[in-house]
Amino acid sequence: MMTLGKDLVGLEHLSPEQIRLILDTAEPFKEVSERPIKKVPALRGKTIVNLFFEASTRTRISFEFAEKRLSADTVNVAASGSSVSKGETLVDTARNLEAMRIDMVVIRHGSSGAAQFLGSRIRSNVINAGDGKHEHPTQALLDLLTIRDRHGRIEGLKVCLVGDILHSRVARSNIWGLTKLGAEVGVCGPRTLMPRGIEELGVRMFDRIEAAIEWADVLNVLRLQLERMEKGFIPSLREYYRVFGVTEERLAQSKRDITIMHPGPMNRGVEIDSRVADGPHSVILDQVTNGVAIRMAVLYLLAGGKPELADAAKRSGGAE
Amino acid sequence: MNRPLLLKGGRVIDPSRDVDQVADLLVQDGKVAGIGQGLGAPEGAETRDVKGMIVAPGLVDIHVHFREPGNEDEETVATGARAAVTGGYTAVCAMPNTDPVTDNQAAVGFIVRQSVRAGLARVYPIGAVSVGQKGEKLAEFGEMVGAGAVAVSDDGKPVASSHLMRTALEYARTFEIPVADHCEEPTLFAGGVMHEGLVSSRLGLKGIPAAAEEIMVARDLLLAELTGGHVHLCHMSTRGSVELIRRAKERRVRVTAEVTPHHLTLTDHACEGYDTHAKMNPPLREAADVAALRQGLVDGVIDCIATDHAPHAYDEKDAAFDDAPFGIIGLETAFGVAYTELVEGGVLTLPELINRMSTAPARAFHLSGGGLRVGAVADVCVLDVSKPWTVDPAQFHSKSRNSPFGGRRVTGRVRMTLVAGRIVHDTP
Repeated sequence: MMTLGKDLVGLEHLSPEQIRLILDTAEPFKEVSERPIKKVPALRGKTIVNLFFEASTRTRISFEFAEKRLSADTVNVAASGSSVSKGETLVDTARNLEAMRIDMVVIRHGSSGAAQFLGSRIRSNVINAGDGKHEHPTQALLDLLTIRDRHGRIEGLKVCLVGDILHSRVARSNIWGLTKLGAEVGVCGPRTLMPRGIEELGVRMFDRIEAAIEWADVLNVLRLQLERMEKGFIPSLREYYRVFGVTEERLAQSKRDITIMHPGPMNRGVEIDSRVADGPHSVILDQVTNGVAIRMAVLYLLAGGKPELADAAKRSGGAE
Repeated sequence: MNRPLLLKGGRVIDPSRDVDQVADLLVQDGKVAGIGQGLGAPEGAETRDVKGMIVAPGLVDIHVHFREPGNEDEETVATGARAAVTGGYTAVCAMPNTDPVTDNQAAVGFIVRQSVRAGLARVYPIGAVSVGQKGEKLAEFGEMVGAGAVAVSDDGKPVASSHLMRTALEYARTFEIPVADHCEEPTLFAGGVMHEGLVSSRLGLKGIPAAAEEIMVARDLLLAELTGGHVHLCHMSTRGSVELIRRAKERRVRVTAEVTPHHLTLTDHACEGYDTHAKMNPPLREAADVAALRQGLVDGVIDCIATDHAPHAYDEKDAAFDDAPFGIIGLETAFGVAYTELVEGGVLTLPELINRMSTAPARAFHLSGGGLRVGAVADVCVLDVSKPWTVDPAQFHSKSRNSPFGGRRVTGRVRMTLVAGRIVHDTP
C-alpha cells in the first residue's frame, strides 16, 4: 500500500502518485465540513501539537479545524508566551514534546529545514506548516485541489506564480507539485525577487505581467511582504502595483477563462486589485475551504489511515 | 635533552630542496642531524623502522581557530595543538577572533605562553588588524609582532573599509608581515548561509553569491599593488577568485592565497538535507569552482592548503541551518582528505601536496619549518599512505566534532610527529 512516510516536509520528495493520493483522499473529507455535525472519529485518541514559531492565522486555524473534525486532541503552542521565547532550542522543544508522548506535530518555523530537523529527531509524525523560505506543502496541495476542482485536471495546464518567488515557500511547493502533476509552470515578478537558477527547475520566467496573463490558465498571486520594500528589493508598493499588479484591465486582455488564486493574506491594491480578488475569476475562498479537507487528508494518511477507507472513516472506524 | 632518533628507511620528501629519496633521517639535539643511506645510530639513539612510510617536514597550517580565550569549551590552545600534531602539523597560526580579541601584545603573549605550556605543535598567534576587530582603528602591529605575532587579520570578518585595508597593508610593511583578509563584501553577504545557486534556491536558504568574495579579492589585489604590501587571501572558494589572483601574480603583486581541504573536495550539494556540517564561510561552492581551485593549486596561483579549523560545540551545530554557526574542524582530517582526493585523484604528486601543506605555507608566513635540510629545526611528520581508514569524529583529539568528513574512507594517516626533535604524536 502506498503511504506518505512518517512526515510531510515538502512536495519535492513526494512522487506524483503520493500527491494524487492526498488529493483523492481529500475528496471524501470535503463533505464532512458541510454537515451540521462536523466531526468524524478517525483520529480519536490521537494527540496533536500545533507548534507555531511564526505568527499564522489562516493556516493554524485550518489545521486546528482539520484536527478537531477528525476528533484528535490538540494543543496549540505559539512562540510568544512559551519556553521558545525564553531561548529554548528547537532540539529541546522537540525532546520535551516527545517526552509527553504526542502523536503528531504541525510545525511552522522561520528557518528553512526546521520541519525536517524536527522530523529527524522525534518519532512522532511531523507536518510542515511552512518552514522559512523552503516549503509549505499543505498550501500547495490545497492549491492543486482547487485547480483540479476548477479545471477538472492539472496536467497540461499553464500555471503562473506571480510576485516574490525568492522568499516564498508557497512558490517552491507549488513548483514541485505542479511540475510533478504535469502542469507547465511560469513565474513572474521583478528579477530582484527571483531565486538563482529557477529556470533550471523547468520553470518559465516572465518579466512582464502582461505576458504572463496572456500565457496562463491560472495565476497564483503571492502576497508581497511589505518588508521587501524596506529591504530595497522594490522601490515602492505603488510602483509594484503599477508594474506587476493583477488588475481587471490586464485580465481583460486574456483570451482564456483565467483562474485567479491567492494564498492569503492579500494586500488589496498591491499585488492584486480588489475587483479581481472579489470577481468571477477568483477561487480564493475555495482555496480556504479546500485547505481544511487537504489537512484532514494529510493528518489521516500520516496517522496510518487507509486511503480506500477514508470514505468509511467519515462514518465510524478510526485511523488504525 | 631527548635521545637521538634515527628514522630508518623511509621515503624522505623535502619540497624545499626537491628531495624525494629513500633514506635515513637522524634527529639530534632538536635538529635534523643527517640524511642519507645507511646512517649509523649514535649511542643511546632510538631507532625506528619507517620503511614504506613518508618522512616529511611537519605540516604547517596558517589558518586555525583555537577559541582560547573565550570559548574553551570548544577548543583550547592545548587541545588544538594536540589535534594539530595528530594531523601531522608541527606549526599552526591561530586567528585572533577570540574573546576578548587578540589585538594587543598581552593577548598575543598569552597565546604564545599557552602554546609553550602545551608543548605540542607551535602555535603562532595572528594579531587583529583592527582594535576589537571592529574595523575602525589599527591595532598595534609592532607590539604584537614583538610579542610573537606572525601576521595580522580580522578573520571571521572582512576588513570592510578599503581605507583601513590600505593603511594596514602599508603599515605592515615595516614589520614584514602579511595582512590576511577574509574576503567578503558585507552588503552582498548579509544574512547568507550557503552558496547562492540552484541548491540554495531549492532549499530556500539565503545565498552568498560568488561575487561577494571576488569583489573583495579584486579590491585587496588592487590595494596590495597600490601599497606594495603583502596581502594573504584566506580560504579562497570561487573560480573567479582564482582568475583574479592568477592575473595579479602575473603582474607581480605581492599576494599569497590559501584554500581549505573542504573547498577542494565538497560542493554546495553537501548542504542538502540541511546538514549543518556543510555550513561554513565562505560556503561550499560548485563543481566548477572546485575544479578551478584544484587547478590553481597545481599552478601555484593558490599557494597553500589551510584548514580554517573552526571548532563549535556539538549542540550549536545541532540546530536549524539558519541558526547553526559557520565552520568545521579540519586538523585531523586534512592530510587524509587531501591525499585521497588530490594525490590518489591524480591532481598533485605527493611532494607537491607536501609543498602545499608545509613548505609553501611556512614560506608565505615566514615561519621556520617546511624543510628538512641538515641543521634545520626537526619539525617532522611520518606519514603512512598504505592503508585506508575511516574518519571517526568520536576519536578526534580536538574538543569539537564538527566535521563533514565523518564516516569517510580516506588514505593517508600520520604515524608520528616531531616538534623540535621531540615525539609529540606517535602511533606505533
